Amino acid sequence: MKRLVVIPAALFFVLVLILALVDLAPPAFDLRPLVAENLASSGVAHPVTAVLLNYRAYDTLLEIGVLLLALMAILAVSGSPRTTSNTSLSASDPLLAMLGRIAAPVMVVVAVYLLWAGTSRPGGAFQAGAVLAALAVLLHLTGLLAGWQQPGVRLRWGLAGGFLLFLSVGALLLLVEGELLRYPPAHAGVLILLIESGLTLSLGLILAGLFLFLSHDQGGPR
Amino acid sequence: MSLGLSFDLLLGASLLWSGWRALSTPRLDRALVLFIVFGLLMTLTWARLAAPDIALAEAAIGAGLTGALLLDAYGVLQAKRLAAEARK
Repeated sequence: MKRLVVIPAALFFVLVLILALVDLAPPAFDLRPLVAENLASSGVAHPVTAVLLNYRAYDTLLEIGVLLLALMAILAVSGSPRTTSNTSLSASDPLLAMLGRIAAPVMVVVAVYLLWAGTSRPGGAFQAGAVLAALAVLLHLTGLLAGWQQPGVRLRWGLAGGFLLFLSVGALLLLVEGELLRYPPAHAGVLILLIESGLTLSLGLILAGLFLFLSHDQGGPR
Repeated sequence: MSLGLSFDLLLGASLLWSGWRALSTPRLDRALVLFIVFGLLMTLTWARLAAPDIALAEAAIGAGLTGALLLDAYGVLQAKRLAAEARK
């Protein structure tokens, strides 16, 4: 009975949405020629990277800040970290462990390639960081890497480093150029690569941390 | 009908199907696997839409990391349930 009401209502909603989409006016102005015209002075050859790290660098700066904040929130609510040294690794399948060992160097190379490719073709810091994080998760699941307990000094610097680097480059440019994150065209490529390298490392650690900090109850009832 | 169009139609249909199944299946483990399948199909869709940047991000974060997180959460839930049952 309920189904008789819900399905027509949902179909009606879909119809309204489609009609609204068809009715939508075209965008007031096209940004694509603007992006293409200024690509030469952006320091990179790939339009997506140019938008993410040059024209809209402020958004990317806030994005990495939000991710860092999310990890801090997880650390804050995930309960008191265990003080007992509960880092014994679960003995896993030797075949799995061997496959993990084989995959690890390949994935590091893929991450660096994606970072480098971001300047001229699809790729970039977020994808490279995600590959690094996936590597950490893989190593954790195959029993080669213990879950993280409490971030030590080095890990903290690694987690916050990308954001700090981005922020300090922005502050430096504010002093030199007079505007936040306005790269001088001559050095834009180097600055973007520097920021992206920091972002890759920090994003990899943050995304891996989302998994590895939460699984610190590895030795619990399982 | 060209090969490309039929592939796109198949892709769209399976995308909708996997999304619907992931939401409607009563078993949590099956829903998680279907969610990962949905993510991978979404990756293919983005690639077909000539947006390789989004496809890469979707494959790595949407299907990979989120899927792993969900499966881990499922494992913890399962362990808790087993412990609760053992205590009874």
